[in-house]
Amino acid sequence: MGSSITQQIFQQLVNGLSLGSIYALIALGYTMVYGIVKLINFAHGDVMMVGAYSGWFAITVLHWSFLPALLFSMVACALLGVVIERIAYKPLRNASRIAALITAIGVSLFLEYGGMLLVTAQVRTYPPVFPETMYSIHGVIFKYGDIVMLLTSVILMALLHFTVQYTKMGKAMRAVSFDKDAALLMGINTNNIISFTFAIGSALAAAAGVLMGVYFNTIDPLMGMIPGLKAFVAAVLGGIGIIPGAMVGGLMLGLIESIVSGLGASTWRDAVAFLILILVLIIKPSGLFGKNVREKV
Amino acid sequence: MLVLEEVNVYYGAIHALKGISFEVNQGEIVTLIGSNGAGKSTSLKTISGLLRPKTGNITFKGKNLASIAPQVIVAQGISQVPEGRHVFANMTVIENLELGAYLRKDKAGIKQDMQRVYELFPRLLERNAQISGTLSGGEQQMLAMGRALMSKPQLLLLDEPSMGLAPILVKQIFSIIKEINASGTTILLVEQNAHMALSIANRAYVLETGKIVLSGDSKQLAASEEVRKAYLGG
Ligand SMILES: Nc1ncnc2c1ncn2[C@@H]1O[C@H](COP(=O)(O)OP(=O)(O)OP(=O)(O)O)[C@@H](O)[C@H]1O
Ligand SMILES: [Mg+2]
Repeated sequence: MGSSITQQIFQQLVNGLSLGSIYALIALGYTMVYGIVKLINFAHGDVMMVGAYSGWFAITVLHWSFLPALLFSMVACALLGVVIERIAYKPLRNASRIAALITAIGVSLFLEYGGMLLVTAQVRTYPPVFPETMYSIHGVIFKYGDIVMLLTSVILMALLHFTVQYTKMGKAMRAVSFDKDAALLMGINTNNIISFTFAIGSALAAAAGVLMGVYFNTIDPLMGMIPGLKAFVAAVLGGIGIIPGAMVGGLMLGLIESIVSGLGASTWRDAVAFLILILVLIIKPSGLFGKNVREKV
Repeated sequence: MLVLEEVNVYYGAIHALKGISFEVNQGEIVTLIGSNGAGKSTSLKTISGLLRPKTGNITFKGKNLASIAPQVIVAQGISQVPEGRHVFANMTVIENLELGAYLRKDKAGIKQDMQRVYELFPRLLERNAQISGTLSGGEQQMLAMGRALMSKPQLLLLDEPSMGLAPILVKQIFSIIKEINASGTTILLVEQNAHMALSIANRAYVLETGKIVLSGDSKQLAASEEVRKAYLGG
């Protein structure tokens, strides 16, 4: 039946967009931080994990509802991001890139295994925060959670876009990522802008963490590793350092993964993400949105 | 207004400024000339706080600049047009000008100064929504100058504003520099085009491999044998 195939395709699109919006939220943090300090923050996926736990804490221990828990987790991780940058990365700002990269891996391990010490390696279950309601439109099923997830991501990305494009802070962020010395000559306090960037990126990761907990029900201290790497792939796919690139890259990766699963090859899902990374690096390392702006002399 | 005393600046082991001293008085145009690698850009970067002197003093209106952050130096009233323009090429002309006024909060004053920049450089008004990376080199120079003026500086540092421009445009830029000065902004002008620089400056310093070797009234310097030989092509 032709209609059932179309149904399946649409179903995979819905699943892919939900998953992709999570990748996109995480990828944004990678790309913004890379844009401003040229560092691949490999601890970023683990910040997402801390976000998932903060949300879990707010929901199960404090009995908060979804929205306050989401905000709580975002604020907590924004602070965490700023602290990580000040303590671990700032002292290395003029060091070699490899030193900073190794430090990022160190921070990542610290969060993963520090997290295990603190909350044990035990897998926690996210309580159901949303009703089990499902909507069926022409046979394509939308879970309530899918809709909240997509909506939350879209709202957050729209807010980010507005902040970066139209606010003074956003313009300063773009200025610092483009040319740090010139930004200093404008009187921009680059340290504050870098902290602000880490705060926003980490808050978005936290939101992704809470959404993942809600979507997949379980969380554990190592949950940030694979989504972190995939979001990194998404950021590279879109063009590292380019904000719309991260959004599109994340959504694309989510879609591709769910199409691969839909074709019955779900064991290949993770491999496909890294295959994409390799292909992008070979064919167009600057990513889909990457282009070179040349300086005129 | 601005005084440098025995300033020494290093890049790692490279001794780029070897105890230079000079001053700029309120209302003047002072030019710093010298050939490639003499240390002109290094001097301006040090004044703006992008580089730190190892020893020596820099004071602006009596305040020590040597240990304060670049953004505070801008707030004190010093603005720089860096060598090579360094416009934010991924942003529009308007956004660049807005960033120039980053530290200001007086909306009305900012608007008024933007108007003034557009009067000085009508070309920028025509192109105010254009991404500045697509401007011509000359237009980018105008934008970099306009952007620096948006902070309402008392002292404007200009690093080779004539670089890469056609002769007519160089003339135009220099007459605008004079106009900016006439409206009350003190100017420290770094140039390789010694002829043009000496023609608009009140006083000049000649820098050679990190040392000031000559200084004085620019008319006298332009007439002196040494300067003519080394910098004016005979
Ligand atoms: N970032 C740097 N690292 C090491 N050495 C530097 C650096 N920047 C400048 N120098 C050195 O310092 C000296 C002075 O350079 P500076 O840029 O101030 O020269 P300049 O007078 O502005 O020259 P030009 O007219 O070519 O712009 C040069 O010998 C240069 O090689
Ligand atoms: Mg120079």
